[in-house]
Amino acid sequence: MSTAEERVAVTAAPVAARPRGLRTLGLFRNELVVTFRRWRTLALFAILAGIPVVVGIAVKIETSDGGTAGGEGGGPAFISQITNNGLFLVFTSLAVTLPFFLPMAIGVVAGDAIAGEANAGTLRYLLVAPAGRSRLLLAKGWAALVFCASGVLVVTVSALATGSAMFPLGDVTLLSGTSISFSEGLLRALAVAAVVTVSLIGVAAIGLFVSTLTNSGIAAMATTVGLLITVQILDTIPQLHAIQPYLFPHYWLSFADLVRDPVYWDQIMRNFGLQGLYLAVFGSAAWARFTTRDITA
Amino acid sequence: MAPMDPTTDHDPADETSTLRRGKTVRLLVPVGVAGVAAATIGLVPALASSGGSPHPDLPKTSAEKLLTKLAASDVQTVSGTVKITTDFGLPGLLGGSASHARGGSPFGPGPDASKAASEIAKSASSADPSFKLTELVAGSHTLRIAADGPDRQRVSIVEDAAEYSIIHSGDEVWAYDSGSNQAYHAKAPAGHGKHGKAGDERGRLPEGVPTTPSDFAKQALKTVGPTTSVTVGSTTRVAGRDAYRLVIKPKQSGSTVGSIVIAVDADNGAPLKFTLTPRGSGKAAVDVGFTDVGFAKPATKNFRFTPPKGTKVTEAKDRPREDHGLPGGPLNGLGNRLEGFNAVGKGWTTVAEFKLPGGGLDGSVFKEDGKDVPGGLDPQSLLKSLGDKVHGDFGSGTVINSRLFNVLITDSGKVYAGAVTKDVLIAAADKS
Repeated sequence: MSTAEERVAVTAAPVAARPRGLRTLGLFRNELVVTFRRWRTLALFAILAGIPVVVGIAVKIETSDGGTAGGEGGGPAFISQITNNGLFLVFTSLAVTLPFFLPMAIGVVAGDAIAGEANAGTLRYLLVAPAGRSRLLLAKGWAALVFCASGVLVVTVSALATGSAMFPLGDVTLLSGTSISFSEGLLRALAVAAVVTVSLIGVAAIGLFVSTLTNSGIAAMATTVGLLITVQILDTIPQLHAIQPYLFPHYWLSFADLVRDPVYWDQIMRNFGLQGLYLAVFGSAAWARFTTRDITA
Repeated sequence: MAPMDPTTDHDPADETSTLRRGKTVRLLVPVGVAGVAAATIGLVPALASSGGSPHPDLPKTSAEKLLTKLAASDVQTVSGTVKITTDFGLPGLLGGSASHARGGSPFGPGPDASKAASEIAKSASSADPSFKLTELVAGSHTLRIAADGPDRQRVSIVEDAAEYSIIHSGDEVWAYDSGSNQAYHAKAPAGHGKHGKAGDERGRLPEGVPTTPSDFAKQALKTVGPTTSVTVGSTTRVAGRDAYRLVIKPKQSGSTVGSIVIAVDADNGAPLKFTLTPRGSGKAAVDVGFTDVGFAKPATKNFRFTPPKGTKVTEAKDRPREDHGLPGGPLNGLGNRLEGFNAVGKGWTTVAEFKLPGGGLDGSVFKEDGKDVPGGLDPQSLLKSLGDKVHGDFGSGTVINSRLFNVLITDSGKVYAGAVTKDVLIAAADKS
């Protein structure tokens, strides 16, 4: 893989002269460039950007005869409000992509982070540079988080563009029935995007940990995505309600609480705490594994 | 390998042992983090529920003083979050159809029940309050309330990514169901709700299941009499506020009510929490309490509602007010058809007695205006599956049990119901 060698050259040469902080920054920047230059990443973004368009068109067709989308409260969250206000397409799109598309994309990127390099035989070159394993892992982790935020932003921007093109915009009626101005609604949409990004931290941490366990990028991706699906299924079985509050997707839909008036923080805070917990446990596990394992590839 | 490892900047001689020790220590880090997390999860709820001191030091008070404080409480403005948990131990089918509007899980109500429920749902707007509030009868719900005097209140039921709100301002009552994007509009009757006690704050909303602690408290206080013991329990904290606990217990045996506990705000006398525990059971059947409360004046925008463009608005028909007392959804109107309604007994052991319309169990009770309620429920087999067969001097009948209410339906078509034990029901049936 030529990009990795290129990167080694970039990091290795000037590194000795630079202070440590800058070295991490350089590593991080390189990770970002490598991640976002991949065709795979761009394809994932294209899929994510396409979903709001599909949802928008579907709602437009369904309501073209004057009916309401979703009927008696069916369908994904917020879908019945899209015809009132295009801004709700942002919330619907995030509710649609959050259970699967977004975490799958993160699983692919995070799962591939270390294992992919090992698979391609480029990991040892990366470690030849005196950057250190902890800092390499940190850079990989940050790149994964930036990817989370970018994925969410792609969905948000695409939904906003589609929503404003197809549906009326204006004052936003919140779930509680009170109205706020459109600009305030836009702020809430951004806050929702931020909460959704935070919601994905748990998956990213698990993906990174799995990635340090194996030398096969595909295996790491498959494990992460498989785990994601399994946990989502466990989260729907009523008999398992005792463990459900500790499953990482359990509070994902809590972003909807930002669209209430007043904002209902209870579940959002739990979500933050849970994601922090997963980050701490799986992040430290990834670090422990990565800094102690034998790198043979 | 060694040069690639960042941990080994030392002498090559120390290298191996340092590496090995470092390895063990590092592998322990995630285990430690997980352990600390597990311990925190175990401890935090215990700490959070107490919120500092579990039993704050408050000046002693008597039951009478506390009751007066509760009754005299003149809290006009309140806003907060109310958690309502009900567990009546209803037979599965009834509980299932009561919670139909959430759509049900794959493991929820059977096809019959959900089909019947959806048919019923179609006949009324899903934003109709009396219909929606019956949902509160089963399970756990979060409500958010705000009140500003007798003229402006709102109650919202928090649902997954949706909310159902009832907003009352002046003579307007709006209900908005964000999940189905439907609204319901009614004009509140004029001249009602002039008495501005906190307990009446929902008085002008379409009545249904009482939802705020005040409503439940009022209801319980009505039954205070010679049949009842009222004492002051240990102090407590509710939603971060110090509170007295008023403990109400029936003196009569035969009641299924174990105790009713009302937490009364030590500062302003507002009821903060209401708990009803059935006799001989540790778990509350009804638990309504603030998890978060403030007594400042809520912002005016809370009480303003304009239906968004595209929202389907159902205007209320001029419904007679008597209808509101029976939020039975499908059972509405049943009350008009009951013959020979009679209350037997006194106080806590009062038993309601009435005749099933049509005499016997020919299934007419399950018909609305001569038409079958869809769902294909055969009343006989339904009863059999729900209750136990009993015999007495009155003949034989079926008793349907729940944790709080018991109902005896005799084969001759009489119904005895109350928050009393099975024996009291049979005795009441024998007497008449």
